[in-house]
Amino acid sequence: MIPVAFEYELATSAEHALSLLAEHGDEAKLLAGGHSLLPLMKYRLATPAVVVDIGRLTDLSYVREDGDVLAIGALTRHRDVETSDLVRSQVGLLAAATSKVGDPQVRHRGTLGGALAHGDPASDLPAAIIALGGSMVIQGPSGSREVPVDDFFTGFLETAIGEDELLTEVRIPKAPEATWSFQKFNRRAQDWAIVGAAVMVDGDRCGVGLVNMDSRPVRAGGVEAAIASGASAADAAASAADGLEPPSDLNAGVDYRCHLARVLTRRGLEEAGR
Amino acid sequence: MQVSMTINGADVSHDVEPRTLLVHFIREDAGLTGTNIGCDSSSCGACTIHVNGEAVKSCTMLAVQADGQDVTTIEGLADGETLHPMQQAFHECHALQCGYCTPGMVMAAVSLLDEVPDPTEAEVREGLEGNLCRCTGYHNIVAAVLQAAGGAR
Repeated sequence: MIPVAFEYELATSAEHALSLLAEHGDEAKLLAGGHSLLPLMKYRLATPAVVVDIGRLTDLSYVREDGDVLAIGALTRHRDVETSDLVRSQVGLLAAATSKVGDPQVRHRGTLGGALAHGDPASDLPAAIIALGGSMVIQGPSGSREVPVDDFFTGFLETAIGEDELLTEVRIPKAPEATWSFQKFNRRAQDWAIVGAAVMVDGDRCGVGLVNMDSRPVRAGGVEAAIASGASAADAAASAADGLEPPSDLNAGVDYRCHLARVLTRRGLEEAGR
Repeated sequence: MQVSMTINGADVSHDVEPRTLLVHFIREDAGLTGTNIGCDSSSCGACTIHVNGEAVKSCTMLAVQADGQDVTTIEGLADGETLHPMQQAFHECHALQCGYCTPGMVMAAVSLLDEVPDPTEAEVREGLEGNLCRCTGYHNIVAAVLQAAGGAR
């Protein structure tokens, strides 16, 4: 499987990438680690005329503390997130979820920003960012803006990132005392989750993000509210699938996915100490 | 466009289309056919090589993304006639049946031990989750990796 021919541009800075996007408009796609985009291009589901390679913008690969927030550069590879002492100690759920992405080879290339910008409801990391209450820094021609995760995923494979914009940083409130759990149910080790649940409990705050339970990454708001009002894990998890429209495919139908969402949410809450 | 990289210590440079996959660059332009293409969809791991010392699936990387990088393939592991310890362990443990997955399996295993030098059996199995053996010969593959890890101690 070989992609359709395209023009290749190597971005040498974030500003250069933005100018290339401005030049080529919706014919261009950004290439980071390539582990979401290249498979789509090989299957010819994506046929960009221009590929703008941002994979060498090493100044967008970092994990650093910024007051109450952990700031992670969008081009930080999964492997570097997974093994970061700061990520593990401040937002452990993200390290756990990242360690479940694909396989070691994928994690050596794939990036946090790339996975989030892809906006795939079946991806592990959006659910973790939802549970942790993160936000995304998006740079465009007229400057940067910060978008909370609840406004970031706008539809199937769609995000708030405009065609002329670039995701540069992911910001996550530090939660060193939080307990958490990442529940991923799949058939084979490296597969996508059939359903997944990312759970974080930090004092009164509870965050629950679900994988593969709707057309976009979703928050289980009913579960969070139930926990906040003192419900047990089992009672709270009963509402995990309420109002959601999960896909039906060879692995699981709608009813089975809803069942999995309730079970995995309950297990997650229990593992997180609720 | 001109793409240049180091493969197994040798400079390799070819004029290729941007859409050329790294695995095709390695097999067809560099002429190194030890790296196999299996699923061609980043699932099976047969095409695993090292880029700057880390295991990656060369079917899911463009050759241009490896421009200027240091690539190692299965042909680059042995020192002349002396097998790499991982190759030796695969040989001694009979860690292959048809052999198709073996180059990728060995490259993934070498990368795994770089990151986890003294793994448990569970860590080996999890660390090789990106590589499929359709003969299902995992038992001896895991044994070989554990033996290689032991030899390095």
